[in-house]
Amino acid sequence: MLERLINIDRRIIFILVAIAVVIPTFIKVRFPITVSNPTRSIYDYIEALPPKSTVMIAFNYGPSSLAELEPMAAAVLRHCFKKKLRVIGMTLINVGATLGDEITKDIAEEMGAVNGEDYVYLGFRPGTVQVLLGMGGSIESVYESDYAKTPLAEIPMMADIKNYDEIDLVLDLASSGTPPAWITYTNTRYNLQIAAGVTGVMVSELYPYLQTKQLVGLMPGLLGAAEYERLINTPEKGTTGMSVQSFVHLLIIALVIFGNIAFLVRRRKEQ
Amino acid sequence: MELIGVWVAALLTLCIYSFLYRDNPFYRFAEHLFLGVSVGYGIVLSIYDGLIPFAWNPFWKAVTEREPAGLLKLIPIAIGLLFFARLIPKYAWLIRYPVAILIGVGAGLAIPNVMDAHIFQQLHGTLAPFAQIHAGTLSPFEIFGAILMFVGVIATLTYFFFSVEHRGVVGGISKIGIVFLMVGFGSAFGNTVMGRVSLLIQRVDFLVNDWIGTTIQSLPF
Repeated sequence: MLERLINIDRRIIFILVAIAVVIPTFIKVRFPITVSNPTRSIYDYIEALPPKSTVMIAFNYGPSSLAELEPMAAAVLRHCFKKKLRVIGMTLINVGATLGDEITKDIAEEMGAVNGEDYVYLGFRPGTVQVLLGMGGSIESVYESDYAKTPLAEIPMMADIKNYDEIDLVLDLASSGTPPAWITYTNTRYNLQIAAGVTGVMVSELYPYLQTKQLVGLMPGLLGAAEYERLINTPEKGTTGMSVQSFVHLLIIALVIFGNIAFLVRRRKEQ
Repeated sequence: MELIGVWVAALLTLCIYSFLYRDNPFYRFAEHLFLGVSVGYGIVLSIYDGLIPFAWNPFWKAVTEREPAGLLKLIPIAIGLLFFARLIPKYAWLIRYPVAILIGVGAGLAIPNVMDAHIFQQLHGTLAPFAQIHAGTLSPFEIFGAILMFVGVIATLTYFFFSVEHRGVVGGISKIGIVFLMVGFGSAFGNTVMGRVSLLIQRVDFLVNDWIGTTIQSLPF
């Protein structure tokens, strides 16, 4: 019996995980969300910015990590537009160009923000380091026009935004190694304030930058999105997703405990 | 039209998840389609957002407006074109020039910034709390955290110090280093599980609400 359980077909575990996701999705359960300090730091920083300050959001994610990072993008954009901050969107990875444009337009429309006055979406330019360093000198040298091909010189919002000197915060929503690049080339060189929202896979390696204040704050995966949604009192996909996730976590914890007990029992029998 | 897009996305999602049962032609089709579309999209975007604004437009402007200074852009363009020398075996050696420039410029830009961002500032972050302990501005919990971090850094670095045999004191410290490494890996694994489950949740949400929900709503009865 024990051997059969230990050698359980992995597809049965897949079915259990699927059930743990599908049922809560239908019944729409919600668990309370506790806000962690790294996420609160980003919220507090943005909250403290005066109106017309500028936040640059880098949509450095593709469709494969959309699930974790788009809810974050939506939450932060809502916060920025509500606070009447100016938002510059851009991306360092080609697959992020359309995704960043869509989410920025959607949230801007919802919040009544105007393209060219409250926000500008610049799109993609190849060459991470060259783009980061180039914008330090002049944003226009890297992006002569926005994503819709309107020259930056004709965009009212960009009239007094020339380089990093006029940017109060960069939020890097990343599924790859771009946060260390922002830290290396813009925080170190230009003293630009950086915050990051990243996938769960990446978050552990970025915690050291929090303690040294090289990162203002850090949002970890879908949990970060749920925390930010709670801070702005707008529960959306992050909140519902985390509630579903709690069921899967309980299942995984149970499977890990079961696997360890079974392993110990088998080892004792073998001895 | 939107519903067709939702159906295509839903069927491709099911094709990908069919791999959980076993490898099959539907999964292969979806995988190859995804790779092809991704590469095609990337190439087109790189041409329109990279090649045209940074190489073709300045070059064409220099030629048509007869700006001798603009023709300087021909130098980096020509060096970039040397990458294609690899396609002609006789001139393949020419690729060394753009590669050498890339490595030289890349290393020159990276080394001072990387040293500062990832070594000096991290070192400062590890030691700075001890000055605060000396000044008496840290709580007991923060003091514990600062000491724990210091011990963790030393022990983990000792584990990766292979010039001395890991026996005696060095062996003991490196074993403590292993504990810190395991805690780090455990944290990374936990976050990875959370990330992967998030992807599944989003897809299930799409299938339940966007696909099934929208399809039911669009039915005429």
